[in-house]
Amino acid sequence: MVGTATKPTAGELKPWREARTPPFIRIEGISKHFGDFIAVDDVSLDIWQGEIFCLLGGSGCGKSTLLRMLAGFEAPSAGKVSIDGQDMAGVPPEARPTNMMFQSYALFPHMSVEKNVAYGLLRGGMGKAEAMEKVAAMLKLVQLEGFAARKPHQLSGGQRQRVALARSLVKRPKLLLLDEPLGALDKKLREETQFELMNIQDQLGVTFIVVTHDQEEAMTLATRIGVMDAGRIVQVGEPRAIYERPGSRFVADFIGTVNLFEGKVDVAAPDAMRITTAEGPILTEPVVGLRAGQQVAVAVRPEKMRLSREQGAAANVLSGTVSDYAYMGDMTIYKLALDNGRSVKVSVSNIDDASEAFTWDERLFISFPAKAGVVLSA
Amino acid sequence: MRRSWFLIIAATLGFLFLYIPIGSLILFSFNESKLVTVWAGFSTKWYGELLRDEQVLGAVWISARIAFASATLAVVLGTLAAFVLVRMRAFWGKPILRGMTTAPLVMPEVITGLSLLLLFVSMERMIGWPAGRGMVTIIIAHTTFCLAYVAVVVQSRLVDMDESLEEAARDLGAAPVRVFFDVTLPVIAPALVAGWLLAFTLSLDDLVVASFTSGPGASTLPMVIFSKVRLGVSPDINALATLIILVVALGIVIAGLVMRRK
Amino acid sequence: MSRRWIVIAIPMLWLGIFFLLPFIEVARISLVDPAIARPPYTPLFEDGAFMGDLENYAFLLSDSLYINSYLSSIRIAAVSTVLALLVGYPMAYAIARAPEPRRTILLFLVILPFWTSFLLRVYAWIGLLKGNGVINNVLLWMGVIDEPLVMLQTDFAVYVGIVYTYLPFMILPLYATLVKLDESLMEASADLGASRASTFLRITLPLSLPGVVAGCMLVFIPAIGEYVIPALLGGPDTLMIGRVLWDEYFRNRDWPVASAVAIAMLLLIVLPILWMQKMQERA
Repeated sequence: MVGTATKPTAGELKPWREARTPPFIRIEGISKHFGDFIAVDDVSLDIWQGEIFCLLGGSGCGKSTLLRMLAGFEAPSAGKVSIDGQDMAGVPPEARPTNMMFQSYALFPHMSVEKNVAYGLLRGGMGKAEAMEKVAAMLKLVQLEGFAARKPHQLSGGQRQRVALARSLVKRPKLLLLDEPLGALDKKLREETQFELMNIQDQLGVTFIVVTHDQEEAMTLATRIGVMDAGRIVQVGEPRAIYERPGSRFVADFIGTVNLFEGKVDVAAPDAMRITTAEGPILTEPVVGLRAGQQVAVAVRPEKMRLSREQGAAANVLSGTVSDYAYMGDMTIYKLALDNGRSVKVSVSNIDDASEAFTWDERLFISFPAKAGVVLSA
Repeated sequence: MRRSWFLIIAATLGFLFLYIPIGSLILFSFNESKLVTVWAGFSTKWYGELLRDEQVLGAVWISARIAFASATLAVVLGTLAAFVLVRMRAFWGKPILRGMTTAPLVMPEVITGLSLLLLFVSMERMIGWPAGRGMVTIIIAHTTFCLAYVAVVVQSRLVDMDESLEEAARDLGAAPVRVFFDVTLPVIAPALVAGWLLAFTLSLDDLVVASFTSGPGASTLPMVIFSKVRLGVSPDINALATLIILVVALGIVIAGLVMRRK
Repeated sequence: MSRRWIVIAIPMLWLGIFFLLPFIEVARISLVDPAIARPPYTPLFEDGAFMGDLENYAFLLSDSLYINSYLSSIRIAAVSTVLALLVGYPMAYAIARAPEPRRTILLFLVILPFWTSFLLRVYAWIGLLKGNGVINNVLLWMGVIDEPLVMLQTDFAVYVGIVYTYLPFMILPLYATLVKLDESLMEASADLGASRASTFLRITLPLSLPGVVAGCMLVFIPAIGEYVIPALLGGPDTLMIGRVLWDEYFRNRDWPVASAVAIAMLLLIVLPILWMQKMQERA
């Protein structure tokens, strides 16, 4: 299923890293108010052609409203959207070069799979014979060749999801909007479908904007992620950057599990940085722009910490007793109570068998290097 | 859960209460005697008498045409009203329309009948239409109260319908009118059928509004039955009732079969 | 956007002309006097002068017939509603607790009579309740009574008629709330030591109250304005306001008084509806 294109260079793959390609979709200062409620608050985004851009956030963060403004179902209260250089103000949904895959799939219940997929082509004025050819090719791409005559209610959830995808892709929109595309599938099917979705996107080269509340889904699918909170975009970046270098306490806490240590910058030298926290001093890599005395938090991911019975020689060493642990198969998550009562989560990969596992009330050392801690001032 | 004898007995008595009158109607339609309440042997003579009664046959035909026309008009108007109420964004007239589509449901028939009659009389005097009263005025009157029932049925279906179906059609390139005919109408079609049947039955059944808004030569079936019943019980009415029950039962069986096939 | 306004205008115009306008007409004619003319009432404006007055309303208040028939309409509707609730509640509860295929069939049997003629269902009771009707004959034959009971043309017959014809409207909303009741609530109550009666009074009944209110309103409101049932089953002294309006129009040909009765009757209907809305808001 993988496309046969020649391997692109890094610049082609990640155009947002370079200034020379103009963005494909420009969202400039867009807001949406419903009465007193501000659903989307002054969002600006540039998205490049061929991207899978994930809007990630909890429910009510405004991600769906933003998507619906791109589709044309909601008119922005302020701001501007342009797609491929074309201003979208006042353009109704039926005239936009976008298509949407709905969370509920919104398959027309009275039409067969074939008619559902053909609907957009026929409304676009394509002849019936040509449309049917394209429908057949599209159904083949989503592996539903034998299902053309079925009605939506005769399909499984996964099959319906693929019909919805086929229907929204068959017109080759410039931009495909996906609202929680995998939300209605069970976990295993969801994982399979993620890769399928990426393959199809790779083959067709259509730009995707995906709305999701599932961080794993965003991590797997996205070229870049925009994290939203309370109507605003709080951070935009590649999945790795979002996870490894979160820009704020919210993002660090929202994506994955994190231990946050609140404190004050003590030493801010060009080659070292020390932060005083209630749990003791923490050494981190230097951060440009931080001055001594500033209020910050240090975020440390559980898998960046090590547990040991003997004190090691790491940059940071804390000690505590095991208060609880959960065996997850591939790893074990330990909850430790530090001396001041605060609890810290550490995950340990089960590379060896469980013989050296720690147990309740054991006193252990938690060590992590300076580069493990991310200093957050927001 | 344990079964409760109290409930079983109460429900049995309740259903007997519902069906004994209907059963007695049917039973005495086959009674030889003119006295409806004394059994004097099996006979189908009242059916023969009924089928020779031109007044009744004429009234059946008039009522059927009125019910067909009012139900059809009521479905069109009621669906439009429901669509405006559920799908269109708020505007100044929406609360008024909501009120006007709900009020007929609770309006006593005598008031609906009298008020429409007074309107028709005044309209005729001022603009010459409707000239006299008859089938047209009954159809208008029936459409008006039936459309409220249709609107209720269609509204609930529209509320249940996933709005993203309509959005999907627009997203795929259909203009709003096209969306209505391609997607909305087929999806709410069962509600339209149910609404039509309900309106047809209500129109066929109505005595009071028709009596007010009817004119000479336009006696509906309930009006003819009512005038006969007022003179006393007569077995040919029982025969008529039996036939109506038969038609309804047949209609329901057919509807059931159609639904099952779907 | 003009298409949008066409869609709005069609039902608005129809209802405006054939629902709203008629009430203005009723209100207008309730202010004038009857006359031997076509149409049989005096104009509201004559030579630019306003000729209306509240004489018809004063007449309604002065003649005890009208006030009595208002009160008796409420009484008959209320008694019938309570009777319908007593008959309908156990039925609705039994249907809600029946296992599946049977439940649908029973529900269907409740609705079925509604699709047959209302008039003929009322008519059926004449044959049952008459002096030499079915019920009297059966009771005489069984030896329960020595001479026929007078049932037809009494208020009792009107109660029976209303309960009979409106019973589905009582059962359906009751069923709708009862069937949604989580059975584990009743089991929990029994588990916590409540008797059946106290489970019913403390759990089932309070939770089904919205259905009780809806069902009662669906019976009470149309019953107030009922004409056919008192006309066929009631006696000459069974006063109901719908019947008074009918007679005022068809017998006395007094259109202005009939209009005044209609306006007064509207007020009578509006009050319980407002009360119900308030109840529903609270629920």
